[in-house]
Amino acid sequence: MKKDLNLTVQNVSKIEGHASVGVKVKKGKVEEVHIMFTENKRFFTEAMRGQNYRSLPQSTARICGTCSLAHTIGAIKALENALGLKPSKQTTALKHLTMNGLMIRDHALHLYLFGMPDIFNKDSVMDFTGVEREYLKDAFAIKRAGNNLSTIIAGAAVHAPFPHVGYFSQVPKKKDIAALKKELKAVRKKVFPMLDLYVKYERDYTRNTQFTALCGVKPFNFLEGNIRSSNGKEIMQDNYLEHLEKVVLPYSQAIGYAYDGETYMVGALARLNLNKEALLPETKKDCKKYLKVFPSNNIFHNNLAQGIEIIHCIDHSLKLLTMPFKKEEEPKIKEMKKVGVGVIEAPRGLLYYKTELNEEGEIVRGNIITPSQQNQVNMEKDIKQLVQKLIDKGEKDEEVIRVEIEKLIRAYDPCISCATHFLKLKIEEVE
Amino acid sequence: MHCVRKEYKRRGLNKEKMKKSKTSVAPKKKLNIGWFSFSCCEDSTIVFTELLNDHFEEWEKIINFQHMRVLKRNNSLKNLDVAFVEGAIASTEQEKELKEIRKNCKKLIAIGSCALCGLPSGQRKNFSKEQWTEIEPLIKKFKQKKNMKQLDQCVKVDGGVPGCPMTEAAFLKALESILKEFNIK
Repeated sequence: MKKDLNLTVQNVSKIEGHASVGVKVKKGKVEEVHIMFTENKRFFTEAMRGQNYRSLPQSTARICGTCSLAHTIGAIKALENALGLKPSKQTTALKHLTMNGLMIRDHALHLYLFGMPDIFNKDSVMDFTGVEREYLKDAFAIKRAGNNLSTIIAGAAVHAPFPHVGYFSQVPKKKDIAALKKELKAVRKKVFPMLDLYVKYERDYTRNTQFTALCGVKPFNFLEGNIRSSNGKEIMQDNYLEHLEKVVLPYSQAIGYAYDGETYMVGALARLNLNKEALLPETKKDCKKYLKVFPSNNIFHNNLAQGIEIIHCIDHSLKLLTMPFKKEEEPKIKEMKKVGVGVIEAPRGLLYYKTELNEEGEIVRGNIITPSQQNQVNMEKDIKQLVQKLIDKGEKDEEVIRVEIEKLIRAYDPCISCATHFLKLKIEEVE
Repeated sequence: MHCVRKEYKRRGLNKEKMKKSKTSVAPKKKLNIGWFSFSCCEDSTIVFTELLNDHFEEWEKIINFQHMRVLKRNNSLKNLDVAFVEGAIASTEQEKELKEIRKNCKKLIAIGSCALCGLPSGQRKNFSKEQWTEIEPLIKKFKQKKNMKQLDQCVKVDGGVPGCPMTEAAFLKALESILKEFNIK
């Protein structure tokens, strides 16, 4: 006999920020899944108004500690477009390096410290023993390298002081670049055992959906390209908002989105599905056996895609660090009053910034759409499918269902601080 | 697991020896800590996870990470020596949670600018009337406080690590002093 169930998981662990999930089951059929991003609103979009454009990249960096550098670079890109600035080759390279440092550190944090305990059936890395401890040593070495890359290029791994609209206020020193290159080369080989682990530990979260990412540049990077979807549709960055529809989720403090009326996924899996041919030759060569997996509709492969991106970021950075760096000057602005859009790939996917300036260079209004907001509706559909499968298999243990939902959510590596902050799970079964 | 076995071989490790490696130094007494976050960007949490790169092995011998949602699922609030709390307080529910943490810890340390000063998370207190008109319906809908509170406006705070995010050096100094106070070496 089916009975009423009321399950709650508070604060999904090993993710950035806080969230809850509500699942309603009626006569053995999952009817409703609600992901609630209940982070208390901090009103950053409202706070943009009246700010001088120079302060915006530092201000919106505070939306999220982990994606801080993406917010800085996203805001700068939108403002540069608004001000008609074309950053130099060197400034662009420094931005790429900043993003690469962020990806290495952030992906490693997720893959080792958040995701790997699921593989070893441990609660946390603090319970690791034996060879698991060796992976942990690798994790710290890789994270440290990403952190050092960001610190040397951008001034810090969190809320970086060097990147500004149109220029970097400091450029890396020769001796730091030499040390950095050595460190990146040393950690590159440490990534592969982790890739082996993720490619062999298979979980099936397959469901057909749309994947959307920046595309069309070689080598693939996180700043350039048009927005392409797995259905073949391609649009300019400036037009992205026109294709997005708000999905109001009354139970969540974040707004969800549909892309041309369909749910979609952004992030490393989308990027790899659409860009695997645009990776650097050395990345493609050494990641050949892992790249076979893509394109994939299995959200679990988001982990593998992140791991491959670590290799790509190391290889891309080693190339960029061969260029000579000269001191940069703040560019002169000709006209303030304009609108600019900046779309970049944050670790978790497309990050959209739009800024409108007045003659004094103050923000009149702005808009920010974060990746985890865009993935929210897709995550709900995946959880619905997962819970249905578990119920169909006769799973009755509420704790097992909770744990499995958390694992699925972790595969997305969501950032709820960005989307907003909080996860409870409520399962209601009605006879 | 096949790849794990291969990994032992690749790294030239002895499985039995490795198993013992974690528990080889048995601690006499550990500092029971909790790490909590409220309304903020969790930048200091990220700084903490970066500090683990260099301090994990040293800390696991002297610190019991008893409540740390960012790293583990099974957490306990009971009998904490120290609660490190990041973020500002935005709702009555959060204030209740903070008071519960306070009841269960000997020392409560405010981490970062939002916990110490309520800013930048509580930036709405500087909003114009026009901006307030825009946000007020959301404040009411999600039952938030009109203005966010810094921690010491809600509970007794024993110390703080400033910065946005906290600086690594300031945290290490605070931790060193706490370890000394609790007589943990």
